[in-house]
Amino acid sequence: MDFTFTDDQLTFREAVSRFLMTEAAPERLREIWDTDTGRSPELRKNIAEQGLTALSVPEDCGGLGMDDVAWALMTQELGYYALPDSLADAAYVAAGLITALPVGTASREEWLSRIAEGSIRIAVGHPVNPLVADANPADLLLLAHGDEVHAVLRDQIEVEANASIDLSRRLARVRWTPATATLIADGEAGRVLWAQTLNRGALSTAGQLLGLAQRMLDLSVDYVAQRKQFGKPIGSFQAVKHHLADVATKIEFAKPVLYRAAYALAHGEAGADARVSHAKLACGEAAWLAARHGIQVHGAMGYTWEVDLQMFMKRAWALDASWGDRGFHKARVADAILVEGAALGPGHTFEE
Amino acid sequence: MDLAYTPRQKAFREEVRAWLAANLPREPLASYDTREGFEQHREWERKLFDARLSMVIWPEALGGRGCDLIEWLIFEEEYYGAGAPMRVNQNGQLLLGPTLIEFGTEAQKARFLPRMASSEDMWAQGWSEPNAGSDMAAITSKAILSADGTHYVVNGQKTWSTRASFADWLFGLFRSDPASSRHHGLSYLAVPLDAPGVTIRPIQALNGKQAFAEIFFDDVKVPVDNRIGDEGQGWHVAMATAGFERGLLLRSPARFQYTARRLVELYKANREVADRDPSIRDAVIEAWTGTEAYALSAYHTVGRLAKGARIGAEASTNKIYWSELDLKMHETAMRILGPFAELTGDAPEAVEAARWLDGFLFAQAGPIYAGTNEIQRNIIAERMLGLPK
Repeated sequence: MDFTFTDDQLTFREAVSRFLMTEAAPERLREIWDTDTGRSPELRKNIAEQGLTALSVPEDCGGLGMDDVAWALMTQELGYYALPDSLADAAYVAAGLITALPVGTASREEWLSRIAEGSIRIAVGHPVNPLVADANPADLLLLAHGDEVHAVLRDQIEVEANASIDLSRRLARVRWTPATATLIADGEAGRVLWAQTLNRGALSTAGQLLGLAQRMLDLSVDYVAQRKQFGKPIGSFQAVKHHLADVATKIEFAKPVLYRAAYALAHGEAGADARVSHAKLACGEAAWLAARHGIQVHGAMGYTWEVDLQMFMKRAWALDASWGDRGFHKARVADAILVEGAALGPGHTFEE
Repeated sequence: MDLAYTPRQKAFREEVRAWLAANLPREPLASYDTREGFEQHREWERKLFDARLSMVIWPEALGGRGCDLIEWLIFEEEYYGAGAPMRVNQNGQLLLGPTLIEFGTEAQKARFLPRMASSEDMWAQGWSEPNAGSDMAAITSKAILSADGTHYVVNGQKTWSTRASFADWLFGLFRSDPASSRHHGLSYLAVPLDAPGVTIRPIQALNGKQAFAEIFFDDVKVPVDNRIGDEGQGWHVAMATAGFERGLLLRSPARFQYTARRLVELYKANREVADRDPSIRDAVIEAWTGTEAYALSAYHTVGRLAKGARIGAEASTNKIYWSELDLKMHETAMRILGPFAELTGDAPEAVEAARWLDGFLFAQAGPIYAGTNEIQRNIIAERMLGLPK
């Protein structure tokens, strides 16, 4: 029983953080927001050069074969820097779905190799999300028709952009026609694939929300330590301290929930759905509290475009309902704990 | 990360489970806030001790079992999962015990710890005074060293001392340098409550019972051997105790997980009534998510401790988390029970309702004792986030 990360995992996280600190600095974020596509080919190229697109691609397809637990650390960094790129959608969520296709499925190995080398953008249209993120710049889309999974090329779809308050999110309504040629998994296989994909998408989002919460807390701590009123830093006032202490507490108790969910997913545990939903709820609540208390302690500055806080708040507000809103995830938790004979209480945190 | 228990850990769980199944009291014990219940709990503690299950994380030589912290969590899961009695001597065992292990002399450890593990000695705390509550450094009770250096003469008053009406000993802070102020010049003493000059006046608590007491010291002679840590270093020693208290030891996750399980059962049994208020279902779900999060945090912390990390100010997030969670769960139970929630244990129609009411009353104290949650939030802000004083 060891519910901690290895030194290698923690070193990997630090390396990702150092890389994103310069590549995804707030000023870069603003530049990319201002572009039409909202995406930077140069940024994606640099990410690929770091090997980050290859993380969960199997080793025999040129990847590193890392599991969901590694992504629980990685996605926190993506959130912390509010990376304006859909890296996790392709390199984690789509890579997971494609890896799970039977070996020999047409194009499976080719797609995985291209994900690993960073030469393909893949958008995932899971039925839980009404709009598809990054459909426009995608080379390939994985779309649902009932339970079937279809792989559709960009020129086979029509895209209607739907602007989000988070300019890093490029959402679209996608119109397309299913065909035998696009089918990669039938309804029976697809049901399982979409269920796994939902969990990966929700876990990825949860990790990003937790990273966002930490970033908003850090920004707020910096601000209240500097801003003076009544002759002293506002961070010395208890009303302000307690707002931020509450955020720190929320974050502290969301982290291990995220890690437990990642482990459940990596090991195919029967209770993984409830664990992932718990993580999504805990991380979403931490992020929303960090945003609410963050803007409050920033005062009017927090309500401006100029101060960086807004970029992280908007991502947090948007991601909270992405890959299943709170009602969806609460229902999944309720299903697990209210069912007859549910294994609850002391001694069931790791064994069912 | 490896979330499987080892065969040794599984065997220990089985052993504890089997022992509890064979030895749990047939009838619930009386409240330990009464003399009768206090002594019943003392007997139960003796039974645990004889099975070497009283203080599993202490070294064997001191009456413990030498378990690591994972095994301790397993013990707690089995103990509270079985609905076993509350631990009547926890202030001694969980707060003073670790302090003695860190700061006590070998003679003090041998003298106090085994008798604490067996509950032959029951311990009360002596921190708060009428004018020193959240501001603990305002302590004025004095302990003046005698001219021959053999003993302290203690004068003053302590208050809010849990179950002091029935306890044998008290540990706490006294001002040993009368010229000192604030956190300087304090010494940490163990005082026998049957010593001449000690007067104990029970305080009736919210539940109508003598749950705590105030204690008056009138020229009480305390041998110098009863000082824990160096003279004048009491604050430093006490802060270590406060750290343990807010941290994991005092409130392991299992008791809250047990409450969550009971709450889910209560909700399922009363669903028709409960679902008239849709927010109750949410609160029941949050009981499970909240207690699981607390358990996961405990395992994560214990794992990091095993790798050499130290618990710092994040211990204060624990105190806030469990106390507010416990309160919320009991509030939810009261809401489900509706008009039956107010019934006390001797009411003909109260059965389960009375247990929830007792817990509800006690949960009111959680955000207040062991340092109010406002103080904890200050600690988090100043020591964890680095905000200015």
